[in-house]
Amino acid sequence: MTTSTLSRAVAIALAATLLSAPALAAELTGTLKKIKESGSITLGHRDASIPFSYFGDNPSQPVGYSHDLQLKVVEAIKQQLNLPELKVRYNMVTSQTRIPLVQNGTVDLECGSTTNNIERQRQVDFSVGIFEVGTRLLAKKTAGVNDFADLKGKNVVTTAGTTSERLLKIMNAKQKMGMNIISAKDHGESFLMLESGRALAFMMDDALLYGEMAKAKNPDDWSVVGEPQSFEIYGCMMRKGDPAFKQVVDGAITATFNSGEVNAIYDKWFMQAIPPKNLNLNFPMSDELKKLIATPTDKSAEQI
Amino acid sequence: MNYNWDWGIFFKSTGIGSEIYLDWFVTGLGWTIAIALVGWVIALLLGSLLGVMRTVPNRWIAGIATTYVEIFRNVPLLVQLFLWYFLVPDLLPEPLEMWFKQDLNPATSAYLSVVVCLGLFTAARVCEQVRTGIQALPQGQTAAAYAMGFRLPQIYSNVLLPQAYRIIIPPLTSEFLNIFKNSSVASLIGLMELLAQTKQTAEFSANLFEAFTLATLIYFTLNMGLMLLMRMIEHRVAVPGLIAVGGK
Amino acid sequence: MDFSAILPALPGLWDGMLLTLQLMVMGVLGGVILGTALAMLRLSHNKWLANAAATYVNYFRSIPLLLVITWFYFAVPFILRWITGEDTPIGAFSSCLVAFIMFEAAYFCEIVRAGIQAIAKGQMGAAQALGMNYPQSMRLIILPQAFRKMTPLLLQQSIILFQDTSLVYTVGLMDFLNASRSRGDIIGQSHEFLIFAGLVYFTVSFAASLLVKHLQRRLAV
Repeated sequence: MTTSTLSRAVAIALAATLLSAPALAAELTGTLKKIKESGSITLGHRDASIPFSYFGDNPSQPVGYSHDLQLKVVEAIKQQLNLPELKVRYNMVTSQTRIPLVQNGTVDLECGSTTNNIERQRQVDFSVGIFEVGTRLLAKKTAGVNDFADLKGKNVVTTAGTTSERLLKIMNAKQKMGMNIISAKDHGESFLMLESGRALAFMMDDALLYGEMAKAKNPDDWSVVGEPQSFEIYGCMMRKGDPAFKQVVDGAITATFNSGEVNAIYDKWFMQAIPPKNLNLNFPMSDELKKLIATPTDKSAEQI
Repeated sequence: MNYNWDWGIFFKSTGIGSEIYLDWFVTGLGWTIAIALVGWVIALLLGSLLGVMRTVPNRWIAGIATTYVEIFRNVPLLVQLFLWYFLVPDLLPEPLEMWFKQDLNPATSAYLSVVVCLGLFTAARVCEQVRTGIQALPQGQTAAAYAMGFRLPQIYSNVLLPQAYRIIIPPLTSEFLNIFKNSSVASLIGLMELLAQTKQTAEFSANLFEAFTLATLIYFTLNMGLMLLMRMIEHRVAVPGLIAVGGK
Repeated sequence: MDFSAILPALPGLWDGMLLTLQLMVMGVLGGVILGTALAMLRLSHNKWLANAAATYVNYFRSIPLLLVITWFYFAVPFILRWITGEDTPIGAFSSCLVAFIMFEAAYFCEIVRAGIQAIAKGQMGAAQALGMNYPQSMRLIILPQAFRKMTPLLLQQSIILFQDTSLVYTVGLMDFLNASRSRGDIIGQSHEFLIFAGLVYFTVSFAASLLVKHLQRRLAV
């Protein structure tokens, strides 16, 4: 109860800053200044992070849960800068390129499936969390994999540049499990390794695993198993040290949370048929996510 | 500017086991060399065979070699690699497919795909060099060998090829160096060769300038070293008076 | 194998092909211009300039294109920021194009240099005897002949670049290969789309190389 009143107070404060925007316009700095001057914003998105940010039916237009939230931010920026004609450019990123591209100024705002953690906080700034996942395993039901312990000496795939890759490599070294770890370029390729039998299991964020499953030839053959190795909060990334921009981003996301619009967006991507195969992920909102929406935070899961 | 330079990064722990970043580069270089050398052996053997085939007086045999060269030269290396890595294993008979995908270490299966891919890709280029070398030799040599009672295989192995190879050392050298550079595509199928290790270092440590600078230096040194080595070999085996014929 | 899904995907693949062709054409143009400039420097009588150009060429010829693409993708915006002090939006396309131009220039330089050297020395002497200075004799006498002589080689290198553009896959640019791969992946038919991509690349490169051979016979001086 206290936390939700607190968040309301934050929202009101943010709304107040939004309303006083014209007064600030003269002294824009950083990303907002760049957006105002160029009349365009570059959004970072993924190509195969189903259902967060990916190419659905149209191979030049990303869609997804995170992407919808990202567009909410764009709307807020349009208002704040009084730029109804703001041009949106898209720049696809991969797990490996997303951080350097945000740092080096190519991408202004990346919303996909990026875990907020302390290490990355040194390199970029995160928005308030937009999702919470656990890192688990996807395996064929018949493969006899129920938990990480079953993977000793086996081939396991994960996506290069993700927190799962790091966790898996560390687990392998620490517990001397003798796993052969394949680091694929993106989630689509990881799943290809799994589906073609090269790997016995695919370690990744559970929501993404459900997304990959929806893509499978026979989604019923697969299941997500294993004790979560970590809980992770996704955030949108932006360049470090730009509080004015971060305020707009956080404000837009928090407003979407508080108005309840986020529930409709969640439903659309997790509880209804989604492109490209019109499958339903049937992934009800977790208690962790409900909590995150009630009390938005830009801290990582380990910091809470 | 929020970039923290740290040239000491290579001696810092990666956070995985007791490895430091430099270990990753050493492992990566090892894979790069292993890919290039074995790929080169395949390329040289197959390329020589194809080069000979293109020059023999038989339309069908020459036609086969020509077709090979056209196919392997006109499809991008990366597409070929994806075909070898993603498609070909699925076409193998079931037991072999399972062995390749599940029993083999994934690094080994990726390695085999890359080596075969680069070997066959480079063979098409070697073939053209060998053919050029053979055709650069005076026609009289073949005629003279026939007159001495040599049969065609003997003419190739004793007369034409030994000379042709010496003429084409410079272009062969550049193909040899190319295979080292081309081996970097292996990073795209998850084999942890030099470029992949560089990317991983950049990503784990966030010191991307340092990582890429070191990688560039390694490739540059490797390339220069091999070039000098090949020049020495070229001088050793030079046939006086022959270089003028085909040497470019 | 079921190739029926390719037809509805063609518009998206065509967009990818346009990007590939754009990269190639702009890469060749930029590469030839920079390469010619480098060749001039390499052939100049100034030792410093000649050495600098030679170092450039040796440097880019000894590292993999894939490394250059990745390197530039991360580094170019950083460097621009150091220079201009501002975030300059530079997308994957621009950074890949810069990488191709700088990399290919090293190769084009060598082709142009060989082309110039193949034009008899006497011609330069003759031009100078007619009172032309060095730039004039290069521009009016040597280069026109040299370019005619090296056109086939330049075109061959362009075909190689056409194939090499597929390496932008590594930075996620939606060229023809990446568009095919991405489409095939999302509808679960990666094999079919990969084979299709291979066939298209083959057809284009093969047809182009036949044209070059034809041209080579006609252009022979």
